[in-house]
Amino acid sequence: MTDKELPGPDDETRVPRRVIGTPAQGTAVLGTRPAKAEVETPGVTLPDPADARKAERVVTLLFFVAFLAGIAFIASYVIFQVGDIDSTAASNLALGGSLTVALLALSSGVVVWVRRMMPKYNLVQERHEMRSDDDTRGYVDETFRAGANESGFVKHKMMRRTLLLAAAPLGLAPLVLLKDLGPLPGTSLRHTVWKKGMKLVVEGTGQPILASDFDSPGGILSVVPEGYEHDLNALAKATLILIKFRPEDLKSGTIRNWTYDGIVAYSKICTHVGCPAALYEQTTHHILCPCHQSTFDATDGARVIFGPAARPLPQLPIGVDGQGYLIAQADFDVPVGPSFWERGDAEADAREARGNQS
Amino acid sequence: MNETPKPIAGTATYLDDRLGAGSFLKRNLRKVFPDHWSFLLGEIALYSFIILLLTGTFLTFWFKPSMQHVIYDGSYQPLVGVGMSEAYASTLHISFEVRGGLLIRQIHHWAALLFVAGMTVHMLRVFFTGAYRKPRELNWIIGVLLLTLALAEGLTGYSLPDDLLSGAGLRITEGVAISLPIVGTYITFFLFGGEYPGEDVISRFYSLHILLIPGILLALISAHMVLMWVQKHTQMPGPGRTEHNVVGAPFYPAFMAKAGAYFLFTFAAVAGLGTFAQINPIWLFGPYTPADISAGSQPDWYMGFLEGALRLMPSWEINFLDHTVPLSVLIPALVPMGIIMTGLAVYPFAEQWITGDRREHHLVDRPRNAPVRTSIGMAGVTFYGILWLLGANDWISAYFHIGLYETTIIGRFAIFLGPALAYWITYRICIGLQRKDQDILSHGVESGVIKRLPHGEYIEVHTPLAEDLADHVRGKKEIPIVDGDEDKDGIPPKGVRNPIGKLRAKASKFYGTDHVPLDGHGHNGHGNGHGDGHGDDHAAVGAGDKPRELH
Repeated sequence: MTDKELPGPDDETRVPRRVIGTPAQGTAVLGTRPAKAEVETPGVTLPDPADARKAERVVTLLFFVAFLAGIAFIASYVIFQVGDIDSTAASNLALGGSLTVALLALSSGVVVWVRRMMPKYNLVQERHEMRSDDDTRGYVDETFRAGANESGFVKHKMMRRTLLLAAAPLGLAPLVLLKDLGPLPGTSLRHTVWKKGMKLVVEGTGQPILASDFDSPGGILSVVPEGYEHDLNALAKATLILIKFRPEDLKSGTIRNWTYDGIVAYSKICTHVGCPAALYEQTTHHILCPCHQSTFDATDGARVIFGPAARPLPQLPIGVDGQGYLIAQADFDVPVGPSFWERGDAEADAREARGNQS
Repeated sequence: MNETPKPIAGTATYLDDRLGAGSFLKRNLRKVFPDHWSFLLGEIALYSFIILLLTGTFLTFWFKPSMQHVIYDGSYQPLVGVGMSEAYASTLHISFEVRGGLLIRQIHHWAALLFVAGMTVHMLRVFFTGAYRKPRELNWIIGVLLLTLALAEGLTGYSLPDDLLSGAGLRITEGVAISLPIVGTYITFFLFGGEYPGEDVISRFYSLHILLIPGILLALISAHMVLMWVQKHTQMPGPGRTEHNVVGAPFYPAFMAKAGAYFLFTFAAVAGLGTFAQINPIWLFGPYTPADISAGSQPDWYMGFLEGALRLMPSWEINFLDHTVPLSVLIPALVPMGIIMTGLAVYPFAEQWITGDRREHHLVDRPRNAPVRTSIGMAGVTFYGILWLLGANDWISAYFHIGLYETTIIGRFAIFLGPALAYWITYRICIGLQRKDQDILSHGVESGVIKRLPHGEYIEVHTPLAEDLADHVRGKKEIPIVDGDEDKDGIPPKGVRNPIGKLRAKASKFYGTDHVPLDGHGHNGHGNGHGDGHGDDHAAVGAGDKPRELH
């Protein structure tokens, strides 16, 4: 690798081109020119000493600021305690502020140092093609073949084949080991914890719901099964939204037998990718999933009216127990939540089953 | 300094005696690095990664990757007595009871955003300047892998605090995983240790997030650096710069100091953000429950395009033979990512095939000089950008008072029209800029000096372009074209006789044809407005005080 000088744009203005027959640059024709203090390397333009001295003051100042800020960081750690929102905010501000200033001052100092105190470089290195020369390639090729022949890998067929055979199951072993990562799905995705007689309770408070208390049309509740209020696995499938309608608002998509006095229960788990479809617009009776904006018509069996969800939110059959509390009449008759390969057209099957019953 | 200080010389001798490091240093201490602002973009990603390793290690000292149910009893009053996972409780602990914990957590999150952002803009720089060409295709592939892994690393990290927001992301991940045909339910059950959410996913994501993925990232980043070092950096065209040299500043001392300063600067930037810009205030979101969500939930920015794709998709689902293919999830989850990542990975090879160009390239292209590539790139950027914007369509709708559904419907058209429009606009801009270059080279630049000619006419004196800029402009390279022309007997050359060959020749001509050569010939049909009788007759190039009229 060689360094050589290139005429930069700056040089041209400063130094006149050499005229043939005159001495080269830097040679003292009459021997009176004083020797340069520093030897110029080609491609390296040294900075102006006066400017470098000025820059040094700036850099020193910046490094000193960084030093002070670093001290401030350590002091802040000792001084500011954490524990509540306000003290944590103060500590965060003190620690972060001092750290930022320290890093910023240090980096600025180094930048000024490089830009104003180090030379301007215009070094040139040669580049070579990446490929090796033919001799090297030939040698490697020969050596490879020689080695392969010496090893007997090519000649001894049986050995080669059994080696590959031996490797195959070992290669599969890690995959086999992963089997116990989880149980097989089985039919678990087709059921939730809801069953006949299970009470509907309000999410958060755990209160059972008296049907007669839930009587203002347009009212909505987020509901979970009693006894599973903190079981996230159960909630991920069994959470409901409970909406009270005027009976005349309900359309044919909603199964009337499964409602109680205008109260309808739909799965809250969006059929798109499983976010809770948590938003409800009273005037339009639209249920909206805030994740991807699938919109369901709550009066009409929660059929999809917009967005990427392909299926309605499943309806849960509900009724009341002896004391008037809302209970489930059965589990959902279709899988809730996002679609999966084995799901099939569960809605069609369920319709058929319901048709046979009635 | 006339002599190396004893301690340094002694250590160096000791090490060289044992490692023979001298010859390595001899070759590399003054290794030349070309300078251009755009070469620093990748470094942002590199330094963010280092910051992520440092801050992440700090966070592991307190974080408990456990989904065990605990009752919160810490110092954040509003949540005392609330049941939550240990992961969420320990994240609250880091935020409120560890001094500097909140700062480091916020720096970690900001650095993660910057990491992916740095990679993305670096990737765009490499793409638009053609720096991925031979011999750097392998490093480009490593880069694409890094970007993909970074998304996985971000996703796993985002889920760890187990707050309501991150849980929504996890739920969507589950919904996507379970939608995969044939294997979906199994993958989901293996990932979550049973039904969603189960009790394993946080600890599993934790191992992935702090060990497996960062390990692979570290290995690939090292390989990325080593290849860059061995193959040497590309450079912009300019004075003295050729395909066979590198012009710039030496590693020691200038580049080393600059790189150090740049690391500190990146660190300062994320530290400033971690201090003054609150990010992911998990204590406001509350613990995760699959029954709740807050409106306006947003993923981190780099997941936005997938989120947008999910929102955009119509509700297509296929049921056949008791099986379900939820296209409304599969297509948005796989297709945009597939188009972008696969497109990026194969681009260098596709371009090589189309142009038949098997030469090494070390001088990079100015984007305008490869108009088709630049336009394809901008179409890709637009495709990504529209999806990304739509990932926030609820916010767009709320801020700009556009109907929510309208944003989606507009998006469904824009995702097809936008890239096409971006292609066309970019192409025209590239051609326009090339004409400008051509014009400047032949006519010079306006000097601002108005001269009165003897017969009374006023002209503006044009001066030649400064030499270094002229070299930069003249660095334009011809894009090779595969020969597809028939010879005098009407027989096309070998290799382009079959349909694929014909397509190749056509694509090559389209890709490589230079409509605006710098020497000014070959305006094949794309009239450049320089015909006779135009104002150009009065442009003049002045050298010193002798203006010379161009006719």
